[in-house]
Amino acid sequence: MSGIDTQWLVKAAYFAAAFLFIVGLKRMSSPKTARGGILWAGVGMLVATLATFATPQMENFILMLAAMGLATALAWWSGRRVAMTDMPQMVALYNGMGGGAAAAIGAVELLGDGEHALAFITLAVAGSIIGAVSFSGSLIAFAKLQGWMRKPLRFGGQQAVNLVVFLATLALGGLLISGEAGGHDLILLFFLAALLFGVLMTLPIGGADMPVVISLYNALTGLAVAFEGFVLDNAAMIIAGTVVGAAGTMLTQLMARAMNRPLSNVLFSAFGESGGGGGEISGSMKPVDAADAAVMMAYGEKVIVVPGYGLAVAQAQHRLWEFCQKLIERGVKVKFAIHPVAGRMPGHMNVLLAEAGVPYELIFDLDEINNEFPSADVALVVGANDVVNPMARTNPESPIYGMPILDADKAKNVVVIKRGQGTGFSGVENALFFNDNTRMLYGDAQDVAGKLLQALKGL
Amino acid sequence: MIDGFMALYIFMLAAFTGYEIIGRVPVILHTPLMSGSNFVHGIVLVGAMVVLGEADTTLEKVIGFIGVFLAAGNAVGGYVVTARMLEMFRSGKDGRKESAE
Repeated sequence: MSGIDTQWLVKAAYFAAAFLFIVGLKRMSSPKTARGGILWAGVGMLVATLATFATPQMENFILMLAAMGLATALAWWSGRRVAMTDMPQMVALYNGMGGGAAAAIGAVELLGDGEHALAFITLAVAGSIIGAVSFSGSLIAFAKLQGWMRKPLRFGGQQAVNLVVFLATLALGGLLISGEAGGHDLILLFFLAALLFGVLMTLPIGGADMPVVISLYNALTGLAVAFEGFVLDNAAMIIAGTVVGAAGTMLTQLMARAMNRPLSNVLFSAFGESGGGGGEISGSMKPVDAADAAVMMAYGEKVIVVPGYGLAVAQAQHRLWEFCQKLIERGVKVKFAIHPVAGRMPGHMNVLLAEAGVPYELIFDLDEINNEFPSADVALVVGANDVVNPMARTNPESPIYGMPILDADKAKNVVVIKRGQGTGFSGVENALFFNDNTRMLYGDAQDVAGKLLQALKGL
Repeated sequence: MIDGFMALYIFMLAAFTGYEIIGRVPVILHTPLMSGSNFVHGIVLVGAMVVLGEADTTLEKVIGFIGVFLAAGNAVGGYVVTARMLEMFRSGKDGRKESAE
């Protein structure tokens, strides 16, 4: 085949890939077709990757195959063995890798000599900044979700420092674009500044906000890929990157809205630092043991389960569902109420419950279930905290005021499974735990669910 | 490079496509979809391959190698994780009514 023909083949493959990506994403956005969607996109990726080998005038195939083989083995291995509960940080990790790849492309293009159009260099620089920020930021997000970094790191004048680093990055990028200065040192400095900004920007953000941040970095990586796609004149990268950039931006907004926190708040405000945001809570936490709680539910008519991140951490979804099945056998009506941001990402809890085998008919959204709480005998809160905090309704001083919550406090009785007496992820005290009709069942969700199950079998 | 305005048109249309896809997704699919779109930007792999394929100096080869490694990790990891999440949607999907949002 002549060079022209192979070039045509590569372009045709990229066109097919762009089509398959869009169809795949579209299918992934509906529950009925979601499973097939990833296959469509996967085929697109395979077609584009194989065709790229036919690009004229390429060398270094051994290096290329080595890098791909190494990454494939590592990613396949880590992706297969990671627990369902740890999925969010894996998404962060893989997303960061994509951002880093976009930055690497930008770096090589900037290193290359020869005269380029202004638009070319500008896009290469922009893609590099965004990719590098997404890379280092995602790695910090990964470290935080993995539990390697417990506390958000904050210091005085942090915003100012971040702003200075950001402006410095832009200035260095501007120098590269203007062509006034060049050389490897400047390019190195430019990338270090961008990477540093990604780290600094993510450090002060608390774990509860990580889903929004990961989604934002996901969108940014898409944008970086699109920009570098323009630089490389690669249509598949342009289309796929732009679609992901836009879809990711939309998804980020949806998530931020679900938490009733504007994005700017997530990124630039220290959350949960106010120590409860004022508001005295009267009463005390009243403990209960597993046997009593099991009896309470076994002789009730309706139980609404509110799962939260604690359930995910303890991997208690299977045990909990076993317990619920026993309740259902006894004729108790059991429903699951899922807050839009329960778990680590919107929909994360649905995935975990689906994994345990909970049928979709029993799972309800906030809007669907909230008016059912008053008729429930027991609301069983498992490792959820902020999403059932009534202060979001009542206390305008609270940092979570205005966030839509599940009205678990309106149930006749509330049982809260919780590891300890501390505050939740946001650091806000929860008034629900002090209510008269609330009983605290302390312990790891997995252990407690086991004890509940035992108690129920003994009845 | 693609001609300036043509590039803008492509950018605009692709962006609208992305918005349209996400606009009416039930909450239950947000995480799988984020993961799925994370996989899709793994297409950066083809760009990294071309860059490495055309690299001459050692420095370019090193950076190109890192780029291909990272991009392949993005694509493969993104696929595996998304496929595993969507596996979960196998059972009982017929009885489930779709929520409005």
